[in-house]
Amino acid sequence: MTAHGIFQITTYFIALIAVAIPLGRYMARVYQGEPVFLKGMTGPLEKWIYRHCRINADEEMTWKAYAGRLVIFSVMSCLVVYLLQRLQGFLPLNPHGLPAVPPDLAFNTAVSFVTNTNWQAYSGETTLSFCTQMLGMTVQNFVSAAAGMAVLMAFIRGLKRTLSPTIGNVWVDLTRTILYILLPLSLVLALFLVSQGVVQTLQSPAEVGLLEQAKDGAATAESVQEIRLGPAASQVAIKQLGTNGGGFFNANSAHPLENPTPLSNFLEMLAILLIPVALCITFGRMLGDGRQGWALLAAMMMILIPLLGICLVSEQAGNPSFRQMNVDQSIGALQSGGNMEGKEVRFGIANSALWAAVTTAASSGSVNAMHDSFTPLGGLVPLVLMQLGEIIFGGAGSGLYGMLMFVLITVFIAGLMVGRTPEYLGKKIEAFEIKMAALVILIPAAVVLIGTGVAVVTRPGLAGILNTGPHGFSEILYAFSSAANNNGSAFAGLNANTPFYNLTLGFAMLIGRFGLIIPVLAAAGSLAQKKCVSAGAGTLPTHTPLFVMFLVAVIMLVGALTFVPALALGPIAEHLAWMRS
Amino acid sequence: MWQPIRTAILLFVVMTLLIGIVYPFAVTGLAQLLFPWQAGGSLVKINGGKTVAELVGQPFSEPGYFWGRPSATSSGAYNGAASMGSNLGPTNPALKEAVRRRIIALLTADRENRQLIPVDLVTASGSGLDPHISPAAALYQVPRVAKARGIDSRKIEALVRINIRDRQFGIFGEPTVHVLHLNMALDAMR
Repeated sequence: MTAHGIFQITTYFIALIAVAIPLGRYMARVYQGEPVFLKGMTGPLEKWIYRHCRINADEEMTWKAYAGRLVIFSVMSCLVVYLLQRLQGFLPLNPHGLPAVPPDLAFNTAVSFVTNTNWQAYSGETTLSFCTQMLGMTVQNFVSAAAGMAVLMAFIRGLKRTLSPTIGNVWVDLTRTILYILLPLSLVLALFLVSQGVVQTLQSPAEVGLLEQAKDGAATAESVQEIRLGPAASQVAIKQLGTNGGGFFNANSAHPLENPTPLSNFLEMLAILLIPVALCITFGRMLGDGRQGWALLAAMMMILIPLLGICLVSEQAGNPSFRQMNVDQSIGALQSGGNMEGKEVRFGIANSALWAAVTTAASSGSVNAMHDSFTPLGGLVPLVLMQLGEIIFGGAGSGLYGMLMFVLITVFIAGLMVGRTPEYLGKKIEAFEIKMAALVILIPAAVVLIGTGVAVVTRPGLAGILNTGPHGFSEILYAFSSAANNNGSAFAGLNANTPFYNLTLGFAMLIGRFGLIIPVLAAAGSLAQKKCVSAGAGTLPTHTPLFVMFLVAVIMLVGALTFVPALALGPIAEHLAWMRS
Repeated sequence: MWQPIRTAILLFVVMTLLIGIVYPFAVTGLAQLLFPWQAGGSLVKINGGKTVAELVGQPFSEPGYFWGRPSATSSGAYNGAASMGSNLGPTNPALKEAVRRRIIALLTADRENRQLIPVDLVTASGSGLDPHISPAAALYQVPRVAKARGIDSRKIEALVRINIRDRQFGIFGEPTVHVLHLNMALDAMR
């Protein structure tokens, strides 16, 4: 590790907090219907949408109505994205002449984008037409992120309201999120990215000459390089901001036309964590106690930073098996050294390790280096961050509501210790809420472990492995961890474009999304109906360092108890074998 | 039951128009207006009427050129139509074997070179299209290029040093050498 690597990482976190605070305050105003500076422009558009779609913005919904409408909207989204892929051969904006996507892959991809996962069993530039990318992927990048944020808002209302049968209006939450937050941010970020060299064009492909072959005279197939371009910047901006992560190109943000410079890399990394961090601030604001948001933010940071450190140190240490081969992996002024397989020179080790930690802490899953080629412990870090349940920042909205479920469990355990009824922010936490929180924690964990178990004992499951031994097990474990927690990154050596993986991972993503949204909304509905009890001498304060430590301990304990056996078979076994040889 | 479905369809259609059509076309229009060169893929016309892409690496294998990162793209290195990394795990024997082959290729082209080989010169990039190598990887290749071109190696080394690009704004990323730029500068030397 160098001083400069640490300096870049510190700069990143300072910039992140500095941008997230004003955004968090702004979002609180948006969701509370207070005037904001964009109102002049988007206000009329918002009203037009409500009128046109016959939405009564004042209508209030019970949790069941809210969840039902969200499910209807998502099912419809799945259908449309599926059909776009199947019919893209007949639709316009298909300059590379790509045929229909096969049914199993189209199903997997539709589910993947609707659930905010963006697991990609396909390669962007060779599978999807511009029409599918724009009308399918870009639209879902917005609405799936908005859906996560809407559910979070419903849950916050559940905490705030007393004796209320309703938790808000899902149509209004979706529309406001898109119009006031995601769309303006994406527009600005997309243009910044284009200025750095991210492509945004409908003219593709470009044919360029190769310098080395130029002297041979006549132009042949070998002297020309075909470069596929496309409307990438508009999609890359929202892929990062909405914690989606699905790349326009196969190599995702390692591709020089999707992430050309260290500055674009910095901006994209900021965008990944921006909304999840800002929502912590929004949460505190909306509840009228900023400390509650900061406490959650502190807990998330306390888990992220040490894991980032492990990833950084082990990637910088490089690959011991190259040492006898006269390869220089040391760090110096002239090279970043370390484990450079699957990494880009312009990013080096520090920015690749930081990205890997950030993208799996958030449920983004976009990559700027190939995680499959990380060192065993370097690859363990993204795996663990996903397995903790995508709550260390997590997805836009979904990360924070997942974290709040852990908070409920934590106050419950604390309550058990002293023998009092637990409460959180004035609401009594009773059996129903704890049941819902337990479901939210157990469902993805069960899907990861059962899915991995099935894959490693069946022939089609094993057929997808690229790397043998413990690393092959890690590939499968990573795939199910990523799908069930709606992250979307991969140990991409696994050939996941087979009917077996397309279907199993597709269902894992669906369960990991709606299996969580429904219990969270149910808990929100139940909390909204309760009365508020005033804090007494026996109330556990939930903003203190003590509580933060306790929360972190509960998260790590649940994660360790669930996943250490599986991790021991994969990255840990690989690491130990590596150290011995 | 029917009414929420109707609202969902209407809202979906409106959002698709707004986000799926208006937004990407607005970004395309603004990008073409403000940054037309970058938006179109940063293509540059060079001497001889050829067009090259500034941001996408090219394959080099002749001893008289500086070589870039090994590329794992399918159907040939630096395939700009199908980006990918090797995805080989760190303990995979195939990775060790690939590195060994690359080392042999480097040493065959330059038998007297006894320096340690910079790691980025023998490991595949993430995209398979990495346009850069580290300054160390460029300096390592100076003796070979000098010999193949019959130019004093001090002149070549000076050229490499001019082509070292520091971190962006002195802060972000790592120092790099742009392989295509360096090779174009080499060709322009005579």
